[in-house]
Amino acid sequence: MARLIAAFLAGLLFGVGLGLSQMVNPAKVLAFLDVAGDWDPSLALVMLGAVLVTFVAFRPILRLPQPVFAGKFSLPTLKSLTARLILGSAIFGVGWGLVGFCPGPAIASLAYGLPETLVFLAALIAGSWLAKLVPAATVKQSA
Amino acid sequence: MANFTPYSAFIGGLLIGAAASLLLWLNGKIAGVSGILGQLLPPVKGDAAWRALFLAGLVLGVFFFRLFDPMDRGIAIAADLPVLIAGGLLVGFGTRLGGGCTSGHGVCGIARLSLRSIVATLTFLATAVVTVALVRHGLGG
Repeated sequence: MARLIAAFLAGLLFGVGLGLSQMVNPAKVLAFLDVAGDWDPSLALVMLGAVLVTFVAFRPILRLPQPVFAGKFSLPTLKSLTARLILGSAIFGVGWGLVGFCPGPAIASLAYGLPETLVFLAALIAGSWLAKLVPAATVKQSA
Repeated sequence: MANFTPYSAFIGGLLIGAAASLLLWLNGKIAGVSGILGQLLPPVKGDAAWRALFLAGLVLGVFFFRLFDPMDRGIAIAADLPVLIAGGLLVGFGTRLGGGCTSGHGVCGIARLSLRSIVATLTFLATAVVTVALVRHGLGG
């Protein structure tokens, strides 16, 4: 139960941050990405603020024997640069630049009740599902 | 730079970083939204509720913020239907193939000095900037 409350509160705080920083607003995001136009550097400060906190806080947290409410830390295990990583990130960036939504703000923007959010999220979920087909095909070829 | 909002951006960023730290400290999880959503589809018993609650928190967090924001600035989505669908497909496909998005790679991975996350973040920032440049200034703009 404590884990569920913790997850909810972390999400809540994350959401307030997305709202306050206006990261939830595609127009604001696109103005940040539009370096050749009337550039709005605000979102660089969002990134800076967020990474400042995680950079300082993660070190002592990860030195703890275990998280407060769980048996172990669940961290990514992959270390190597792969074609999937780079290709996937490149594709994500194109979609981000087209609309101005990345996954967190897209979900959080449901708070504004716009139909565009629903269309985008439906497509995002379909795209996530399509990505699951990629490893299966690769495994088949190499087997 | 007419719309530069350094204070709200920076403080909002601090809150996002605090939220990601909280999730790691309490539950041992990385606050990567594309992964939290992606592994909810389909839901796995015992691993689904925290994911759903985190995502619900995101929405309620913005909702809360709006209640106390003296100037509710709203949001503007300029993309039309085909672009929304194409963009959503690319974001969903790309983040799952690349194993993360702005939050997982950008906020959490960089803090861990993960080479994969640093490369991923530079890559999606670059293609996003190029995409906006082409759409706004390159294609008859």
